[in-house]
Amino acid sequence: MSLSLRARALIVSITLFFVFVAAWQLSLSTGPGLPEGVDPEYAALMGATAKGASAMPGPLTVGEQIWEHIADPFYDAGPNDKGIGIQLGFSILRVAVGFAFAVLIALPLGFLIGMSPLFYRALDPFIQIMKPVSPLAWMPLALYTIKDSTISSVFVIFICSIWPMLTNTAFGVASVRREWLNVAKTLEVGQLRTAFRVILPAAAPTILTGMRISVGIAWLVIVAAEMLVGGTGIGYFVWNEWNNLSITNVIAAIFFIGLIGMVLDLLLAWLLKLVTYEE
Amino acid sequence: MTPNPTAETARILVEGLAQRFPSPGEGGVLTVFSDIWFTVAPGEFVCLIGHSGCGKTTLLNILAGLERADEGTVIVSGQEVTGTSLDRAVVFQSHALMPWMTVMDNIAFAVTSKWPKWSKADRQKHCQKFIDLVHLTGSENKKPSQLSGGMKQRVGIARAMAIEPQIMLLDEPFSALDALTRGSLQDELLAICAHTEQTVFMITHDIDEAILLADKIVLMTNGPEARVCEIVRNPLPRDRTRHDMHKHDDYYPIRNHLIEFLVNRSVSFKEELSSPDYDPRHPPVVEPRAGAAPAVRVTA
Repeated sequence: MSLSLRARALIVSITLFFVFVAAWQLSLSTGPGLPEGVDPEYAALMGATAKGASAMPGPLTVGEQIWEHIADPFYDAGPNDKGIGIQLGFSILRVAVGFAFAVLIALPLGFLIGMSPLFYRALDPFIQIMKPVSPLAWMPLALYTIKDSTISSVFVIFICSIWPMLTNTAFGVASVRREWLNVAKTLEVGQLRTAFRVILPAAAPTILTGMRISVGIAWLVIVAAEMLVGGTGIGYFVWNEWNNLSITNVIAAIFFIGLIGMVLDLLLAWLLKLVTYEE
Repeated sequence: MTPNPTAETARILVEGLAQRFPSPGEGGVLTVFSDIWFTVAPGEFVCLIGHSGCGKTTLLNILAGLERADEGTVIVSGQEVTGTSLDRAVVFQSHALMPWMTVMDNIAFAVTSKWPKWSKADRQKHCQKFIDLVHLTGSENKKPSQLSGGMKQRVGIARAMAIEPQIMLLDEPFSALDALTRGSLQDELLAICAHTEQTVFMITHDIDEAILLADKIVLMTNGPEARVCEIVRNPLPRDRTRHDMHKHDDYYPIRNHLIEFLVNRSVSFKEELSSPDYDPRHPPVVEPRAGAAPAVRVTA
């Protein structure tokens, strides 16, 4: 049998998936019985949970729930009951807006920093201090100054997206090969044309890599931010379902968060491939 | 043979160039080269030979306008060089093609810089002419990564020639190529220059390359404090080819003269320098010929 590496990897992936699902199912069916020393009357009062049935759903229940969400993603039955498509849509929108603003600021500023050794050094300490700050630490400050929870969460996305893009753009611009710049110089190419025809394409792979890192971080942060500010979004959905003790929905949400995160990353990877050049 | 050009007729006049760098040692200054004087006549092919570290590339960058000399001036067609110019095209040692552009786009990038108002069709036609000239017809839409080293350097040459410069400056353009590719590119460059009467200043460390291509060879001593040791006129006729030039009577005299320089004199030149005959403004001009030993000294 000489299957391609890809086919063999697929077979292993599917096998691993079924092993995982089987283990999950098995761990539930061998759950503990009635805990010892519990008064039967108390147990009756507390309902199913105390009788030993766990709130942890089996893989089939979760699968059904995911299918239900996919079948009707956009229903809206009031503030606490919206389809998962709507919740994900809110989160994606916030990430998109925050990310777009970050691009608008980070690209020109990164260009400036990368082109000027003076600014590169002068702004470096600020960037180094700001970069490791958890974006959620900005949340109270944002809420106090902006006084709007939705805009505050967008701001948090903005602030977490900007650093990788800024540092990568500056680095990419600063490390454009000297000889390419010399070619432009000997051809008396103007500054603007050099920026767009030489520096931008030369630095594009580094810039896009920064964007890819940014979008990954933004998607991580939006869940936490929405848990804090509430209202709408997939983060709020997760927290709401936890309050409802619907572990099934929490697991389903984890699946969808992962799925969208993967799609965002693939999208940026595809863009990165478009601008990558081979030397 | 081109007469030694005067200030009025020379295409390039190099006058008293010096380059110094701060150095941590005693005195704090490292002089790479100083008191460099030579001329290049219109249509002349001049090669500069010297060991690594004598500042050859720096000198070429100064001619190109990419770097400023600490002392001295370069005058091109009667005008002092103060920066880069489209009249002086550079072929870089590492070809320096933009890897994200096709062959056509790389050349068009240069052509648009020179003639920004041309229509797309005119530009394409002009680029195509130079792609054909360097025998790359059919590779117009390839990216540099799809080309061999020799083909990349051909694009570099086509890009430099396409802006129809007064002077071409070549910085060891063939040094990274294998011997066969180098040979065929030398032949092509020779044919193109014979055809276009292009003025060329080229840096090399390959003696045979210099004998094949150059009308005049400028010999530079070892750095630091490199100087122009001597200017050698090529005694071989201009229609020489790579295949038959070694049969010429004057081939071995000039070749031996150059090897003697690279092996011994480039190091021991400091003694010649102290001789009262040596005038940096008029370095000795020699033309090594068969039957005349030592080399004939031609007064400048």
